[in-house]
Amino acid sequence: MTLDLDLRLRRGAFELALRLSTEARVTALIGPSGSGKSTLLHAIAGIIEPSAGFLRWGDETWFERSKGINKPPHQRRIGYVFQESRLFPHLDVQGNLRFGMRYATPPRSQFAYGSVVEMLALGSLQQRSVHNLSGGERQRVAIGRALLAQPALLLLDEPLSSIDRAHADQLLPYLIRLRDDLQVPMIYVSHDPDEVSKVAQAVVQLGDQRPLFERWQKGMPD
Amino acid sequence: MESHASLLGPAEWAALGLSLKVALVATLASLPFAIVVAYWLAADKLPGRSLLDALVHLPLVMPPVVTGYLLLVLLGRRGLVGEWLEQHLGIVFAFRWTGAALAAAVMAFPLMVRAIRLAYENTDAGLRQAAASLGAPPVAVFLRVSVPLAWPGIVAGAVLAFAKALGEFGATITFVSSIPGQTQTLALSIYNQMQVPGGEHRLWPMVLLATGLSFAALFLSEALVRRSRQRLE
Repeated sequence: MTLDLDLRLRRGAFELALRLSTEARVTALIGPSGSGKSTLLHAIAGIIEPSAGFLRWGDETWFERSKGINKPPHQRRIGYVFQESRLFPHLDVQGNLRFGMRYATPPRSQFAYGSVVEMLALGSLQQRSVHNLSGGERQRVAIGRALLAQPALLLLDEPLSSIDRAHADQLLPYLIRLRDDLQVPMIYVSHDPDEVSKVAQAVVQLGDQRPLFERWQKGMPD
Repeated sequence: MESHASLLGPAEWAALGLSLKVALVATLASLPFAIVVAYWLAADKLPGRSLLDALVHLPLVMPPVVTGYLLLVLLGRRGLVGEWLEQHLGIVFAFRWTGAALAAAVMAFPLMVRAIRLAYENTDAGLRQAAASLGAPPVAVFLRVSVPLAWPGIVAGAVLAFAKALGEFGATITFVSSIPGQTQTLALSIYNQMQVPGGEHRLWPMVLLATGLSFAALFLSEALVRRSRQRLE
């Protein structure tokens, strides 16, 4: 499956122009802060609307300005693992995991509840409240929740960045297992070259797209 | 000397019971509408938002007597809507306790909507995005994420509206008059008692009761809001 996009995205006072075409199972998006990595994921998910361009996944068009196509997020069949997990605080771990299952129609039942729970070692956490999970546990639940919605494309936004180093190293093998065992293509945003080299098969480098004066004001980060 | 038990006579007990019934029905009947309207107002994309906002808040700023009069014109027995309702559905509001409940609901609605709207606005938009990314259509996001997260605020809004409905006076007396046992709530009963020469000694127990009930409701509402903030952190 090919992800093919050419988008203009308004971000604050300026526009971001992004072009990308990838067929890799795991595509890493890297680049300094300000290069629009997270903004691009938001656009792929349909959370923000680009001001121009197109976005295609396989033979489906998710967005095309000139044809007035803009599929809402819930019709895009994506799984989104957010930086900060975004677990539902009013549901327990099991409630979070099962949240999206009812929206996945029968042909899309690649991932069974039991096998996802086993793969991510969530068995003992199922009845727990999400309030007292560690950072790594939270992200495992978030990954499981996304997989059980039977996505055609998995988006991961710096899944290790909100976790301390030791726990991040514990989570990494799960991500590698995800890559090797599953047939789901992934877009993986990261700023850590080490992490990227362990997980990704293709790397897309985004440049700093902020206007020069703003970079100069902020003292050229990264 | 009057005994303790007769601080409230049968008429006062009836007024208190009627007030509680009117306020409870007003609150429960308007709650579903408030939950939807508040969500509409909290969402920034939906059309007609400013108009709805102004309409909802109108009873808060209009003289209650005007609200009551408009209710009478619309829903009285000869009213534009009232006549139709009586003929086709057999529903009568004028000079009935149901009319008192309707007047109380209209007057309390802005307060209820405000509290619920605040609760929605305090919930994390990121969680709604997460729900949508999991395939949930907008109505499901509303029912499975927005409402449960705002629930403590919804309860707080309902309690606040209950307190307001309990004390409603102006619109009620204009719309359904002050008929003992039928539409004479606690507030109307106090007003009525004030008109009786030398009736002050019978007034005070009701005044204290009304004050106590209002205070308890406000206290409960505030406590619920505080608890909801803690829960979401």
